[in-house]
Amino acid sequence: MTAPALDRAVPAAPRPRFLAGHFEDLGAQTETAQLGIWLFLGSEILFFGGLFTAYGVYRANHLELFRYAHHFLDWRLGALNTVVLIGSSLSAAWSVRCAQLGQRRGLRATLLVTLLLAAAFMAVKYLEYSHKLHHGVGWGASCHPDAEILGELPAALRAVPVPARLGTFFAVYYLMTGLHGIHVLAGMGLYLWLLARARRGDFGPEYWAPVDTVALYWHLVDMIWIFLFPLFYLIG
Amino acid sequence: MTTPSDPPTARSGPRAEHVVPARTLLATAAALLALTALTVAASRLDLGAVNAVVALAIACAKASIVALFFMHLLYERRFPRVILVASALFAALFVAFVVFDTTQYQPDLRAREAQAPPPAR
Repeated sequence: MTAPALDRAVPAAPRPRFLAGHFEDLGAQTETAQLGIWLFLGSEILFFGGLFTAYGVYRANHLELFRYAHHFLDWRLGALNTVVLIGSSLSAAWSVRCAQLGQRRGLRATLLVTLLLAAAFMAVKYLEYSHKLHHGVGWGASCHPDAEILGELPAALRAVPVPARLGTFFAVYYLMTGLHGIHVLAGMGLYLWLLARARRGDFGPEYWAPVDTVALYWHLVDMIWIFLFPLFYLIG
Repeated sequence: MTTPSDPPTARSGPRAEHVVPARTLLATAAALLALTALTVAASRLDLGAVNAVVALAIACAKASIVALFFMHLLYERRFPRVILVASALFAALFVAFVVFDTTQYQPDLRAREAQAPPPAR
């Protein structure tokens, strides 16, 4: 029966609620979380690096087809989504600030705005995908654009026949934007979770590491779109 | 976060964290929006191969702004910077070397294809 005696020997400092047993204090826990998220983000960059390589190889070898195919994408929708993601990154960064300063209402509001802007991004993406797939613009061998979507192309391109390898461009397009979209969906799940915890009042000046790590992930998703937007929508 | 009246806390509680000022966050978003407008405007001009270079340069500038301010790398210790810069550098190396390689072999492949066309799908 030595345990009670030992307990009394330790000065009674209340242990923070969210401090895991294997950390000395919340500072060490936060630093470890940041180390972990940065390593994860590094692996994400390398992960997308493989797809950017596919893009580079395809573009280097079939530049003329690339110039043709990018006219199927509406740069206005791409620009709209860029603005939406920049806004969501702003509110994500603001949510970290609110948590650190203990502004609970501001934290809930910024988390909700981030979530809604992420949903808006996916809504625009849905409109783009469904428009293309509805008019036969699939990937690989299933890419047979119908007359209606071909009619939307610039007049100079309507005169030339549809290139045989158009589907390869769209395979790269759907893979890269699709994987990015999956990341946005995952981010929405994370923001729902943060929102639920913020409503419970979990976060404050002592404990804000989850808000920060999720925001860092969200900024990386924004960063990848910053490259996808010009590469697909703007340059031909 | 720590005020002078706080008791000295050695290794207890979270370390004093840099809170990014509101003005910095707003300026970061404004810069990103301005660069988005710039990249769209630049793509309207027909500069040939330079278009891609300009678009990538602006994208790199935007990504750096996101990393420095939104991801608060400017205020971080060295380790996160090393991770981000190293992984971006290796991803860029990967893309560059594979693209050099494929453009090197492409003329040979095209010549062989011209001799014996691949079976039609």
